[in-house]
Amino acid sequence: MTTAVADAHEHDDHGPAKGIGRWLFSTNHKDIGTMYLIFSLTMFFIGGAMAMVIRSELAIPGLQFVHPEFFNSMTTMHALIMVFGAVMPAFVGLANWMIPLMIGAPDMALPRMNNWSFWILPIAFGILLSTLFMPGGAPASGWTMYPPLVLQTGNAFPFLIFSVHLMGLSSIMGAINVIVTIINMRAPDMTLLKMPMFVWTWLITAYLLIAVMPVLAGAVTMLLTDQFFGTSFFLAAGGGDPVMFQHIFWFFGHPEVYIMILPAFGVVSEIIPTFARKKLFGHDSMVYAASCIAFLSFIVWAHHMFTVGMPLTGQLFFMFATMLIAVPTGVKIFNWVATMWRGAMTFETPMLFSLAFVFLFTIGGFSGLMLAIAPADIQYHDTYFVVAHFHYVLVPGSVFAIMAGAYYWLPKWTGHMYNETLGKVHFWASTIFVNLTFFPMHFLGLAGMPRRIPDYSTQFADFNTIASIGAFGFGLSQLIFVWVLLTARKGEKATDRVWEGSHGLEWTVPSPAPYHTFDTPPKARIANESFE
Amino acid sequence: MIRKSILGLLGLFFASAASAAWELNMPKGVTELSAETYGLHMMVFWWCVGIGIVVFGVMIISLFKHRKSKGVKPATFSHSTAAEVMWTAIPVVILLLMAVPAAETMVKLEDSRDPDVSIVITGYQWKWHYRYQDEGIGFYSSLARPSLEARPRDSGIDVNSVDNYLLEVDNPLVVPVGAKVRVLMTSNDVVHSWWVPDLAIKKDAVPGIVNEAWFRANEVGTYRGQCAELCGKDHGYMPIVVEVVEPEAYQAWVDTRSEEAAPLARTQ
Repeated sequence: MTTAVADAHEHDDHGPAKGIGRWLFSTNHKDIGTMYLIFSLTMFFIGGAMAMVIRSELAIPGLQFVHPEFFNSMTTMHALIMVFGAVMPAFVGLANWMIPLMIGAPDMALPRMNNWSFWILPIAFGILLSTLFMPGGAPASGWTMYPPLVLQTGNAFPFLIFSVHLMGLSSIMGAINVIVTIINMRAPDMTLLKMPMFVWTWLITAYLLIAVMPVLAGAVTMLLTDQFFGTSFFLAAGGGDPVMFQHIFWFFGHPEVYIMILPAFGVVSEIIPTFARKKLFGHDSMVYAASCIAFLSFIVWAHHMFTVGMPLTGQLFFMFATMLIAVPTGVKIFNWVATMWRGAMTFETPMLFSLAFVFLFTIGGFSGLMLAIAPADIQYHDTYFVVAHFHYVLVPGSVFAIMAGAYYWLPKWTGHMYNETLGKVHFWASTIFVNLTFFPMHFLGLAGMPRRIPDYSTQFADFNTIASIGAFGFGLSQLIFVWVLLTARKGEKATDRVWEGSHGLEWTVPSPAPYHTFDTPPKARIANESFE
Repeated sequence: MIRKSILGLLGLFFASAASAAWELNMPKGVTELSAETYGLHMMVFWWCVGIGIVVFGVMIISLFKHRKSKGVKPATFSHSTAAEVMWTAIPVVILLLMAVPAAETMVKLEDSRDPDVSIVITGYQWKWHYRYQDEGIGFYSSLARPSLEARPRDSGIDVNSVDNYLLEVDNPLVVPVGAKVRVLMTSNDVVHSWWVPDLAIKKDAVPGIVNEAWFRANEVGTYRGQCAELCGKDHGYMPIVVEVVEPEAYQAWVDTRSEEAAPLARTQ
């Protein structure tokens, strides 16, 4: 193709630098993508280890292993690490690797900022993890950091705030990079509505990030000044309002949940058509649905706060607006099912993870609809029902989509096919154990078990034991994934197209993708012809 | 330690077969509104089951019929305006059917006018304080001694031997059956949340703010709940017990409590 010709003429095809410098100073989207993904996997295991501490303690009633303070630190750190350290960086990693390849760009638009936005993350999480060793312990106020409780944090408090600031900075820079790349660097014949779904969902996600990360930064800065500089934003004694923090936090927090799920929608929308050998059903309505979800995400935040004491009209507004989200989300699910309908499906590991995503995310969507009903939410709120709900949308939701994407694009990254049998074992083990872990939590919540408690009344024992067994099984299953990754280069050579039904520009470059791709812009139309 | 836990796990499995601990659903509760809430919960649940059967049904049929190993050729359609309008419009109608009764219940939940009894509830780290506004009674309510003694890590007490472990208090809240009880919630330190599932009340106790909720219990009995908002290290150890008694028994309880409080009031 044209790439080869350009190389022959210009002789500037420098490969990666040698040694640690390649990674420290990298401006290459593929290297940075790889670093994001490895970082995310590391955090997934650290956050996972904390989940194991939680589930060990909760396996049977009575305190066996940890003190309540440390238990609260574990739930807090588990959430912060999984949200900001595992799920979000994984999607940024996938974006770094795949967006330039999917739109035919040579790299991200702002490569030096790309480097910086990655390297801030290990610093941020180094700071956050160091709080485990500080006097007063790690933050134990829940990842939601509600005042006044969060102000009772020990020496860890300012470190918590600064690490959140750094995570926000990293996300904002990543988001700016994604937007500039997508808007300016698409192949000339790729109009906006011709962009692949993964690119579309990331574009929307990036706008969400830019809109809400500064809000979070503002909220935690107000906590900081309340603690150290005598302000009373959230202190009732000084005329402040503790509930205002919750409003500001959830104004960030609700779009944040879509930040963690929209790219997952994108990944699944790439994979299902490939293995159904049929074009994505309703591409444009998928785009409109994702935009609709993004818009609605800004006007539903107070459904996290139905018990906080709001005026009746406020509660009704947030209930109706929240219920509306079911419509565009439903459109997405129906479109995926319609994509499968009358296709010719095969069930390789990426497809298995994507199908489980559609099933189990829908179950999380159902419990979400139940939670939207304000009077019922008053019973569900802050119980294990909520824990079950958001783990269903985040684990077999976002995390499964990340796994699916990793298996799907792995041959393009390494140039070799991964071990399909092990991949399937990983899939089945993960799916069985994830349900064993989180499904019983619905029952626990409905029966009256509050969340974030280290010990519980004996009537909750049975389902907790089951959930703990499931959690250990799920944790161990992820070691299979690590093994698949470590042996990823041992498999047979991958072809450029890798999958029979693959579509899109990323499959037109060789496998493994060369260090530099698309020195000259490609024709996007050709790549999509396999379905037409 | 680990061996003890494993033995405990096994013991639990056998013990639980005999007990009725496998509670799956929300309690119907003992107030009109808790029953309505339960009704809403079940209505949305069954809608979800119905939608699930249709969507998952179509998907499962597709998974079995439309696979390459059956030699099918993939279809080429990728768009259908009729289908898309249909699966946008039908969910809107279903949502309306859910929203109307939910809004009706919501309106009732917020109507705390004309109470028979008014109680101010104050959250503390980590106990509750109850003050009966008209009766001049006030007292703290904290975790009962048997649970308190069993809860530390090395207590040596089997928590399964403690009745109502972590759900028993020293001084329960006492209210008359059939009376409209208004509770006013606030906090002395951090945010707490007062939750009794059988009364369908969960309301945050926020420092500097007074929140309102109400209930009318229709059955005599003892109802238990817990703090539902993370409030620090002993968040899991501040239960709530409400005893709903006959009006005469309530009056007798008020009289004894007032007598106990009277000498105190004089010395103040």
